[in-house]
Amino acid sequence: MQPTAQEFSHIPGWGIDADPENDPTYPIRDRTGEFTKKYDWPRPPQQPIDIETLHSIERPNQPAVIGNSVPPYGLSGMIRRFAFKYSESHYGHWLPLLLADRVSVVEGIVEDLAHGHVPNIFAEKGYKAHWKHDPKGLALRLATTAAIAGGIVLLLTSGKRKSRS
Amino acid sequence: MLAMNYRGPKRVRVSEKPLPEIKHPEDAIVRVTRSCICGSDLHLYNGNVPDTRVGMTFGHEFTGVVVEVGADVTKVKVGDHVLVPFNVACGRCVFCKQGMFGNCHESNPEATAVGGIFGYSHTAGGHEGGQAEYARVPYANVGPTVIPEGMDPDDAVLLTDVVPTGYQAAEMGGIQTGDTVVVFGAGPVGIMAARCAWLFGAGRVIIIDKEDYRLEFAKNYAHCEAYNFEKDMDDPVVFIKKITDWLGADVCIDAVGAEAAGNAMQTITGRKLLLQAGSATALHWAINSVKKGGVVSIVGVYGPTDNLIPIGNVVNKGITIRGNQASVKRLLPRLIEHVQNGVINPKGLITHRIPLQDVADGYRLFAEKLDNCIKPLLIMPSAGR
Repeated sequence: MQPTAQEFSHIPGWGIDADPENDPTYPIRDRTGEFTKKYDWPRPPQQPIDIETLHSIERPNQPAVIGNSVPPYGLSGMIRRFAFKYSESHYGHWLPLLLADRVSVVEGIVEDLAHGHVPNIFAEKGYKAHWKHDPKGLALRLATTAAIAGGIVLLLTSGKRKSRS
Repeated sequence: MLAMNYRGPKRVRVSEKPLPEIKHPEDAIVRVTRSCICGSDLHLYNGNVPDTRVGMTFGHEFTGVVVEVGADVTKVKVGDHVLVPFNVACGRCVFCKQGMFGNCHESNPEATAVGGIFGYSHTAGGHEGGQAEYARVPYANVGPTVIPEGMDPDDAVLLTDVVPTGYQAAEMGGIQTGDTVVVFGAGPVGIMAARCAWLFGAGRVIIIDKEDYRLEFAKNYAHCEAYNFEKDMDDPVVFIKKITDWLGADVCIDAVGAEAAGNAMQTITGRKLLLQAGSATALHWAINSVKKGGVVSIVGVYGPTDNLIPIGNVVNKGITIRGNQASVKRLLPRLIEHVQNGVINPKGLITHRIPLQDVADGYRLFAEKLDNCIKPLLIMPSAGR
């Protein structure tokens, strides 16, 4: 149902300049009042929730369909569960999720090794293609990374040496 | 089955994964025939989208042959060759009903701001993607669309995202006959947006990027003016003002999103340190380059946190900002017509065909803009027709 001027009679001038054509937000704006404004549409059947699925606290329930890609696990999963205590409007939600993503990279390597698989980082990073099409650029990048890493190690070890002396 | 497997920022490989199963009566399983790497996959690849879990399979642009359907699927049948819109959409919620298939409320538990998207992190619902031999397609009565007889599957696969997103970028610009339209970003979506701007009656279309090969491609493909912001100008905003009689463009389109170059502060805080939801350089330029009262249309993808943009100028200039994930299902009938009539040539964007087994090389090529890469297409080991 569309709101009527009567409902808003306590607000002087409500709706007198309303222009339904001037609506940039919806591709197909409901101008008939046919669609509900509430969360009461005929919902599709609920997918059985047979894996742990975190859901935003900005909704009261699970949607009818959920993805089943990678359920939360390990330390990263604990961090993700913590993140989902906060709304999508909160850094407490997104920053822990980014942290969990990085933690899961380490978990992934540990898992690989535990399964007797040594990840081929060179291949996973696509360095073969990079070397084929831009060997100079790749060499420069690797050399820069090595130099920065070497510099940091040197800095840290010289600090230790100083504190010992 | 073989599937792309994300292992961490800039690290992917192909692994064996279990075959997908029907989990809901409206699911279908498809054997993937074509799958693209999208520019927005690079945000995931670079580790910029929160809740991108190690082990996930990316891929939201794919076609496939239906091999199994759930009990309630009536619109497609086993054997149909379908294109699968990147939105996972129920078709019944109040948003789908109003044509906002990219904003479905029944497909993403993890976030309310965006609907479900195939292979696009758990922030977009945790749905496995199509860079695999097989994929589960929820709501098969809504999304998957049978590829019309005679349509090249290479055209069809680009109708799942690139073409509708480029088209909707132009549509959201509210382009009026004779308008000057500036598109930031000459990636596949930007090029398509420039091409589609003409369909809405633009009088002048300009594209801005920093890669000469992409600008050259855009100039030929989209019949637009093309400028390099590193070589042709000192300041893109002043440049655009100057070439638009010092008033600015009627419509500016941000087709770059979080990976934008061109501003050191944005790059460091947005891309390197992740202190904002990506580098908002293109959006910043769009807001400052558009005419007072103009429209900024955003299809570039940003993360869910905050970005530094000149919001004061939005108010002072009376700008309308519009943005959304493309509503593929809504646009498909018109776009299929355009492809069939030869108005749009999607497959002309494809520059690389890469076996799924070499997916890591494909991502690297695309991310580093090597070998004049515009659009990489992954070929499945079992690809048919």
